[in-house]
Amino acid sequence: MTVPAIRVSAVTKQYGTLKALGGVDLEIGQGEFFGLLGPNGAGKTTLISALAGLVRPDGGSLEIMGHDVVRDYRNARRNLGVVPQELVFDPFFSVRELLRIQSGYFGIRGNDDWIDEILASLDLTHKADDNMRMLSGGMKRRVLVAQALVHRPPVIVLDEPTAGVDVELRQGLWQFVRKLNRDGHTIVLTTHYLEEAETLCGRIAMLKAGKVVALDTTENLLHRFATHSLRVSVDRAEAAVALGGVAVEDGWVEFAFEGYDKLETLLARLREAGAGLREIQLGEPDLERVFVEVMHRA
Amino acid sequence: MPETRRGATPPRIEPMAADAPLTGFRTLLYKEVLRFWKVAFQTVAAPVLNALLFLLIFSHVLDRHVTVYGDVAYTSFLVPGLVMMSVLQNAFANSSSSLIQSKITGNIIFVLLPPLSYREFYAAYVIAATLRGLFVGCGVLLVAMPFVDLDIASPLWVLAFAVMGGAILGSFGVIAGIWADKFDQLAAFQNFLILPLTMLSGVFYSIHSLPRFWQDVSHFNPFFFMIDGFRYGFFGQSDTSPWLSLAVVSGCFVLLAALTLALLGRGYKLRS
Repeated sequence: MTVPAIRVSAVTKQYGTLKALGGVDLEIGQGEFFGLLGPNGAGKTTLISALAGLVRPDGGSLEIMGHDVVRDYRNARRNLGVVPQELVFDPFFSVRELLRIQSGYFGIRGNDDWIDEILASLDLTHKADDNMRMLSGGMKRRVLVAQALVHRPPVIVLDEPTAGVDVELRQGLWQFVRKLNRDGHTIVLTTHYLEEAETLCGRIAMLKAGKVVALDTTENLLHRFATHSLRVSVDRAEAAVALGGVAVEDGWVEFAFEGYDKLETLLARLREAGAGLREIQLGEPDLERVFVEVMHRA
Repeated sequence: MPETRRGATPPRIEPMAADAPLTGFRTLLYKEVLRFWKVAFQTVAAPVLNALLFLLIFSHVLDRHVTVYGDVAYTSFLVPGLVMMSVLQNAFANSSSSLIQSKITGNIIFVLLPPLSYREFYAAYVIAATLRGLFVGCGVLLVAMPFVDLDIASPLWVLAFAVMGGAILGSFGVIAGIWADKFDQLAAFQNFLILPLTMLSGVFYSIHSLPRFWQDVSHFNPFFFMIDGFRYGFFGQSDTSPWLSLAVVSGCFVLLAALTLALLGRGYKLRS
């Protein structure tokens, strides 16, 4: 039987009076592209830090590829690569030196072939001998990804990797991460860009106040929670608002509805109310709506 | 088990195998040595110049007026003290500054994520600190040699106290680097603890020149035993028995090592 890439069982963590994690249970299969979403302070980074051994949980257990992160920390950490949220770097070394050193920390010497491959994949080959201080923010972000990969970990955690990153780099990064996932790496992603999570992640967990409040495949979440939207441009916005719509901008009112069978009724009521329909726009369910709804219900 | 988005069984990825035991420790040690070596002008040359200035000024003022242990010229007496002071201060500076810089810039995470044990972490930082202390100490000795008539009576004592002193201050530096959250806290540690204890340890004088009360007080300063024992290796004479000094210094090292390892093992301020 295949062990899960990540298993989190009843994990709790308290900082003073703040309950950062309040009994989190989670299982992520090998090869998944998994999204971990939640508002600021939901516990995402604490959970990732606990997986990485940077935070010691008060209760519960965490495993990476079947290895307990406390009792069997060496094997657990060898199976995990973490791209941290902050843009941190060691200013004393060049890119290649840093990657060689990081390999050495994981017990690997003579790792230049793999390092060259990572550098090429992340378009860093021409910067290999540059000191870290000389690199742009985007380049430093790529080096962080490279550092997380030097020991070829089966499980890779990306903690908001595209925060403050330009569009070109973001696209290049996702292309690379998708390839890693196709190659068999398990990817765990936290991001505030919900459209990225919707496009990339097969399953998603949503955290609020240290608890998992939703956990399902992306498709199921979209179907279970999300509503369609109807935006109408009308002559009499007040008449449309009286039917339960929300005025969004000049002359436009937005309605939420659960299925297309309700659409006809809604349009008929607008006509009856004399709203004066000029234009309509339909919106598909998206993860942002799901997220807002889940957070509102939790 | 949930399926992947594509529904296919993913190929199994194995992490790279470690080449040899202790490679992680050796790499951290190498990185810590490389860190100070890359800025050797600041970390080695500057303290050597500092010690040389002390030597020139004190020897100019006192050499004709003071002799120690009967017939040892003051400048000759001073050199081992300056060497040992450099060893101690630079060992402390190395581990403490490396750790606080890594903590403040956040790159300490690169050392905390890999499968390094806290013992490997401790050993790498303390050995690197000791090596920097020894590098600077050797530099001071080499630069001072042309100015003084100095033999080494017992190199083993010299080496033993230099290594033990470096390791003690390296451990102290690890504690200070972990404890301090800001550079000024570290500076306070250095200026209000390490510097006075070093300066008042007999670097510049024999404690026999002090009033009885201050001689007794000096015996509560572990730095006195480090410097006195180190000096014994040069002259075969010292203010107190080298065996007593070795016992005190060894005891201090064991206590500090145990304290540092306990803090690291608990993850104090590193793994919350």
